Amino acid sequence: MSIDLQTVKKIASLSRISVTDAEAQAMVPELNNILGWVEQLGEVDVTGIEPMTAVIPNTQRLRVDAVTDGNVRDKVLVNAPQAEHGFFAVPKVIE
Amino acid sequence: MSDYRIQGATGEWEVVVGLEVHAQVTSNAKLFSGAATAFGAEPNTQVSLVDAAMPGMLPVPNRECIRQAVRTGMAIDAQINKWSRFDRKNYFYADLPQGYQISQLYHPIVGEGQIEIVLDEKNPDTSTKVIGVERIHVEQDAGKLMHDQHPTSSYVDLNRSGVALMEIVSRPDMRSPAEAGAYLAKLRTILRYVGSCDGNMDQGSMRADVNVSVRKPGGELGTRTETKNVNSVRFVMAVVEREASRQVDVLEAGGKIVQETRLYDPDKNETRSMRSKEDAHDYRYFPDPDLLPLVLDDAFLDECRASLPELPDVKRKRYEQALGLSPYNAATLTADADTARWFETLLTESAAAQKKSESDVAKAAANWLLSDLYGALNRLGKSLEDSPVSPAQAAELLALVADGTLSGSLAKQVFEIMLETGDAPGKIVEEKGLKQTSDTGAIEAAVATVLANNADKVEQYRGGKEALFGFFVGQTMKAMQGKANPQVVNELVKKALAG
Repeated sequence: MSIDLQTVKKIASLSRISVTDAEAQAMVPELNNILGWVEQLGEVDVTGIEPMTAVIPNTQRLRVDAVTDGNVRDKVLVNAPQAEHGFFAVPKVIE
Repeated sequence: MSDYRIQGATGEWEVVVGLEVHAQVTSNAKLFSGAATAFGAEPNTQVSLVDAAMPGMLPVPNRECIRQAVRTGMAIDAQINKWSRFDRKNYFYADLPQGYQISQLYHPIVGEGQIEIVLDEKNPDTSTKVIGVERIHVEQDAGKLMHDQHPTSSYVDLNRSGVALMEIVSRPDMRSPAEAGAYLAKLRTILRYVGSCDGNMDQGSMRADVNVSVRKPGGELGTRTETKNVNSVRFVMAVVEREASRQVDVLEAGGKIVQETRLYDPDKNETRSMRSKEDAHDYRYFPDPDLLPLVLDDAFLDECRASLPELPDVKRKRYEQALGLSPYNAATLTADADTARWFETLLTESAAAQKKSESDVAKAAANWLLSDLYGALNRLGKSLEDSPVSPAQAAELLALVADGTLSGSLAKQVFEIMLETGDAPGKIVEEKGLKQTSDTGAIEAAVATVLANNADKVEQYRGGKEALFGFFVGQTMKAMQGKANPQVVNELVKKALAG
């Protein structure tokens, strides 16, 4: 698998990261190097081995269904660039 | 039932429908945080730092939400996956602070199941069709955006952010608007029986994404469109109908159906394209590293299974077979969990009041509930939930009819007074003296007076005009102020006329 300039730009756009043409150009070999390095794992024979989904040999703990949190509106909104009447206010987004 | 077909210029078309239903799981706290889920709170007051996606916050699944999803799966006879996993679905939107929704793409908690729908309410046993359910997975809801509060800003309320949803995905097994509507209604019934979702579609507790395509009958599947967030049974049916006929028009004009997301506009009764960018659907799913695999043990599954109530299909058949109700009455009484619960309380109380078995009192109770009580509630604009008459009071009324204290028409009078005053029927009967009398002496006297006052009609009757019999009965009942036992009146009038 290799990455071209178009892919870099698409990933940047999906991630909402602003990238100049020059930066994108520079990232093509960088990302390909990273992928190539990771792809060395493909050389290992994993026949018959279950895919690993978590690095901890454990399963998920569950929480009881009780209201223990919330009512912290000030904390939730404290870093918002703009907040009005208890809402986050963002540039109008409507399709 | 004949097949649903769309008549096009080039012949008949068949519609193929699948539904993805988002149902809000009934729980106190959210799927991954301890914030409350109650409807209608002040904006952003039911938001924890987990729901607001502050850095370093760790999601911990709510056991109850998992339990409700499993119980729902069991209720539709589905495979329960003892090993499931959460994935991140990545997209950017102002109502999604994490930048991803935690969902289950690759390993959902519930696998293949099925739901039986009834196509003809009058024949619930013979007009059924089984609709496949592909999967149920649990995921987070997003926040709410308000666009009409400010000229240049949208307001964001994260109270819903992180509330648990079940996404219930059907197979494309439906072939008409009616089938799609029946599926959604039946699913809602099941969820309400199980108690895993309140089914309040007007509060957004259930929303359907409607997948529609058309094809020549039996041909290859066509390209489908997905109409999002449809929030009533009626609208789902309208979407299927409108979207299918739109697609036929496009295809017959030589066009192609574009696989896209659409919106339904109920005011214009039409669907229209959301024109989203194509790459908006590039969700780049990957396993959520914050969450370990979810493993369910047998004890948990046993607990889920043991807590399931009698389900609607089983209950309907029991009402028919054990209680002897008509298929239609059985279907109507079991279509809603609250109605069935009310009916069963009435049944228990009735059987106790009359010292009979439940099957002996079932028919009268069902008929009274579905005609008298429903009629009155409709008239008063009330629901069963806020009925002015309790099941115990209703049982007392039915017992007074059964033991002959009240005639049918007296019972209706007493019922009206019960609705107004909330008094018990026994008290009303005493106070208003509405008791039916079988006192033969009093009735005989009334009959004698009626006959004496209508000597000419007696003559005519005896001359062969037997239709006058009803007149004498009516006059006697009137003289008795409606309180005479009709059977006794009949007998005594007949005897007196025979002279």
